[in-house]
Amino acid sequence: MEKEEFPLKKVCIICSKGTIESIYPALILANGALMEGIQAKLFFTFFGLDAVTKKFIKKIHTPVVGNPSLRLPGNIPFPTLLGILPGMEALATSMMKSQMEKLDIPTIPEFMEYIVAGGGEIFACKLAMDMFGLKKEDLIDDVKDILTVGEFYALCGGQGTQILFI
Amino acid sequence: MATKVYVNKEVNVNDEGFLTDPSQWSVDIAREIAKEEGILLTPKHLEVINYIRERVLKGETISMRSINKSGIVNVKELYELFPNTPLKLACKIAGVSKPASCV
Repeated sequence: MEKEEFPLKKVCIICSKGTIESIYPALILANGALMEGIQAKLFFTFFGLDAVTKKFIKKIHTPVVGNPSLRLPGNIPFPTLLGILPGMEALATSMMKSQMEKLDIPTIPEFMEYIVAGGGEIFACKLAMDMFGLKKEDLIDDVKDILTVGEFYALCGGQGTQILFI
Repeated sequence: MATKVYVNKEVNVNDEGFLTDPSQWSVDIAREIAKEEGILLTPKHLEVINYIRERVLKGETISMRSINKSGIVNVKELYELFPNTPLKLACKIAGVSKPASCV
């Protein structure tokens, strides 16, 4: 019997962490979907909310402590003990950002703009906002709405929909 | 290799309809490819297409961001001009290969 194939039509991406290596994949996957004509919805929760909070959107870092995959140029291991030194996180973050700039990867605010321009929708998690004491006015304008989990799931229906948790 | 005839000229295409030799491209061919995709080419479309050709023929990788920074159109306008799959569609009409870009 021949298997019927259903092409991907919609991705619903949940971003729950506030580091460069969590936020960028979420944004790249959402934007990449839109570029292929696939619908995309993004739900920022927990520390992922930093990506849509005015105060923190430009302060997203890459962690230098407890990150065994972090290496210096030339694949030199980066010991966690070094990571506790002041300025290390900023240094690693700026190196990461300059590499991304070279590859023409949009910044986080640019990605938000692209996603909205492509018809994607960006949401913030109500419960996490309550936890962090955030209000709607603390969020960037690209956020369409503040939703409960149930309200987000209600947007994730339909054949050819996938939910990705990052 | 597959070929296709546009405005009485035979051009080489891949299985997705992208021209494999950008030098076979002409504005008339662009109009025909656009028509197949349901797009009526305007001067604005052509501005974007010429920009893409210029960059790609120089060996650069084209991305949404480079077009956004070109000053010709922003991302929203790019989606309006080339709906659904803006970068792919614009490259197809521009007669260059499918963009190998995730962004």
